[in-house]
Amino acid sequence: MTLLQVDGLGVRFQTREGVVEPLDDVSFAIEAGQIMGLVGETGSGKSVTAQAIMGLLPYLNGEICSGRIWLRGQDMRDLPEDRWRTIRGNQISLISQNPMTSLDPVYRVGHQIVEGMRLHLAISAREAHRRAIELMASLRIPDPERVFQQYPHQLSGGLKQRIVIAMGLCADPKLLIADEPTTALDVTVQAQIVTLFKETTRKFGIGLLLITHDLGVIAQICDTVAVMYAGTIVESGDVHSVFARPRHPYTRALLGCVPKLGMPEGALSAIPGNVPSVRTFPTGCRFHPRCEERRDCCQQAKPKMNLIGREIWVGCLKYDSQRRDCW
Amino acid sequence: MWRFMVRRVLLLIPIFGVVSVIIFSLVHIVPGNPIDNLMGPGMTKAHEQQLIEKYHLDKPIPVQYLIWFKNMLHGDLGRSIVEKRPVSELLMHHLPYSLSLGLTAIAISFVLGVSMGIVSAANKNRLWDHSAMLVALFGVTIPSFWLGLILILIFAVWLGWFPVSGSGTLMSLVLPAVTVGLGGAGLVARVTRVSMLEVASKDFIVLLHAKGLGKTAILLRHILRNALIPVITILGLRIGWVLGGAVTVEIVFGRPGLGQMLITGLYRRDYPVVQGAMLLLAMGIMLGTFLADVLYAYADPRVRDQHD
Amino acid sequence: MSAVDALETVAPPDNPWLRRLKKLTANKAGLAGIAIIVLLIGVAILANVLAPYSYKEQNLAEMNLAPSRTHLMGTDEFGRDVFSRIIHGSRISVYVGVVSVGLSVLIGVLIGSVAGYYGGWLDQLLSVVTDLTWSLPEILVALLLVAIVGAGLECVIIAVALTYWAQYARLIRGQILMLKTEVYVEATRSLGATDFTILFRHLFPNAIAPVLVAATIGIGQAIVLEATLGFLGMGAQPPLPSWGAMMSNGTAYLFISPWVIIFPGLAMMVTVLGFNLFGDALVDILDIREDTIR
Repeated sequence: MTLLQVDGLGVRFQTREGVVEPLDDVSFAIEAGQIMGLVGETGSGKSVTAQAIMGLLPYLNGEICSGRIWLRGQDMRDLPEDRWRTIRGNQISLISQNPMTSLDPVYRVGHQIVEGMRLHLAISAREAHRRAIELMASLRIPDPERVFQQYPHQLSGGLKQRIVIAMGLCADPKLLIADEPTTALDVTVQAQIVTLFKETTRKFGIGLLLITHDLGVIAQICDTVAVMYAGTIVESGDVHSVFARPRHPYTRALLGCVPKLGMPEGALSAIPGNVPSVRTFPTGCRFHPRCEERRDCCQQAKPKMNLIGREIWVGCLKYDSQRRDCW
Repeated sequence: MWRFMVRRVLLLIPIFGVVSVIIFSLVHIVPGNPIDNLMGPGMTKAHEQQLIEKYHLDKPIPVQYLIWFKNMLHGDLGRSIVEKRPVSELLMHHLPYSLSLGLTAIAISFVLGVSMGIVSAANKNRLWDHSAMLVALFGVTIPSFWLGLILILIFAVWLGWFPVSGSGTLMSLVLPAVTVGLGGAGLVARVTRVSMLEVASKDFIVLLHAKGLGKTAILLRHILRNALIPVITILGLRIGWVLGGAVTVEIVFGRPGLGQMLITGLYRRDYPVVQGAMLLLAMGIMLGTFLADVLYAYADPRVRDQHD
Repeated sequence: MSAVDALETVAPPDNPWLRRLKKLTANKAGLAGIAIIVLLIGVAILANVLAPYSYKEQNLAEMNLAPSRTHLMGTDEFGRDVFSRIIHGSRISVYVGVVSVGLSVLIGVLIGSVAGYYGGWLDQLLSVVTDLTWSLPEILVALLLVAIVGAGLECVIIAVALTYWAQYARLIRGQILMLKTEVYVEATRSLGATDFTILFRHLFPNAIAPVLVAATIGIGQAIVLEATLGFLGMGAQPPLPSWGAMMSNGTAYLFISPWVIIFPGLAMMVTVLGFNLFGDALVDILDIREDTIR
């Protein structure tokens, strides 16, 4: 049974200036013990996807307007709020972007871990304390007993992030969503955290949705990858295949943007144009205004996901067998 | 925490020094000769010499100040010209009335104000929010003496529930305490609302939802706990403020508090009394500020470490 | 904070004054506030025309009459028409409010900006004085000033001005401290601008917004303080119909003719409400962060 299945997800938000639809027809799947990377530029809709999976959209003036989400075979759409509360933190956990601001400044960090634990598990305070220390130790937090009693502002960025991870893991979730977990950290700390993710998810058989704009991190630990652009998935599949042989023009351009040692001077490329604002998504294929390979039909028809090979999906008209007239 | 408190106390000492200088100089700043100011009714030229000796008016001013200061430390604040009693005795008589009124009023301000603030923040921009904030606005802008008079009119004269004036009984405390309390409640409500909305938009709140915490638990255990930090400091300051700031309410309700003592002294040019009352009020305000700082450090762990 | 914010693009900037006007017209409370202020100023200017009776003419045959068709708000203990006295009293309120706040802001901004801009020991010294003045209950400060300066309308204006300067000083100091570190200040200085120029042409326009809001609300505060002093007998002297003095005289007749107290109080409440509503609206219009006002 697939751990997480997302099918044709569309999301709608009410803003002051009207209704916007930041996500359209997003589909992917994650198995238990698998790490999937969700990559895209800022504004591509990655965080919104995470919020949708967590059922947090109503708190942000949003709602799912199309598609379905299945968690371990259970349909998550239209679940009542009290069911969601047993799922959040318990079956799905979210680790969010900035560890500096993810913790409540007035409570000790140990308390915040225990709080999450006792919310979902029927254990005593003493048992929760013991488990929390154990968890902290397994995340390689030095001197866990002392750190337990400290306040967030007394800890370094890397330590804080480990605490946030501990908070995420404390109630034995099946699925972990990490939203840009390394962006706010030093490079050396980044490497440690990333390795930690890989070890922990393997060890506990947890599925991990790793949201990031850092292609290097994806290459390091992800099994599969989904590339997002302007609220749609343009390419997804096994990470090695996608990175070695990107098919979607955007994926290719993205990978081409990363500077590599030994590159000839002057070869740094950028994708011309800007990421479209959520209110002014282009018609047809959302990438077509910036695409080098565009044809006329790209403006009219919205590409659907086409299966290439065994498990690569590409959302481009070029690969659509029904579009031979234009491609 | 202790080091923080000790440092705060040490800082107060020079401030108290400056304040005492100002209070002392009052007698010399107000229009009129200090001797004339100290002369009570029915005194003659002969008394003048006595007064000069007694109050050391022939010595240079800094010396006068030091003598006055030394006496103050011994609890000798002079005698009231009009009442002919030691000022310290008068202070001890008036202080309890101010304290009882002040503390009750602050309790009312806190309970009412925080409740209104929570209701407002939870119903942002809807009816409850606008209504509560309108009431809070009135609380802040209504002159307290007018509010007191209106309350007397409604609750003492027309309804007869409470006595019109007087002191010493619980019933006579209600209307004055409500009058002072409503003013503070308005301020507390506005600050609570702003603070709660600010905390609610912080990143860690989303994560609390993600943990699976319910809305009420998040509101009370996390948002409120963070939001009350600035509110508590305001209450600490208010304690000092309310001792003297309630003077009009004391007059309207006929309560013999410190404010009333001060203004009566001013009317009658009874300057030792004025100085004594001002000294006690200044001490109260400094204590209030100190309390506010301590409470702030207690409530916000980040501040504690800053000062250690 | 929401993910959607990352997706929104910045609206193209248009004329800032048009934008502010639009916000003002959308803010109903603010419009109500302006209406009240305009009404107040109108009444004050046209007092002689609007008041049906003289404010000082006594008519002992008509003492303490309840509100009726001939005396809309009743009469006081000297037979004077309360309604007319309130109308004339509005002049005193406007006069005191505007002049004392004007003085207050002048003093406060001067001290606060010097303290904030130059820093160091000057800042420390001025800040201690400012904070001391600010933390005292205003009524006590005002009373002490009156004791020194004297009673009467002009003295009250000075006393009120000297009571409130500290809050403006604190505000502008805070703003300048914040703005001082911005890069454009350094850039301007490196181009050779004097301190004076930097202060006036660059820092002030940006720092002045919260002060404007505080001053608007401050007019209401000043009116209340004058009324309180008047209530304590220290304000405008009789027969001037200061609202506070009216209420003070009326206290003795609370049981007999409560309208003498109720109506001036209502007038004052509405006035202060108007300034407060407008001040709150200004926060929105001028895009000020709410927590800078405290």
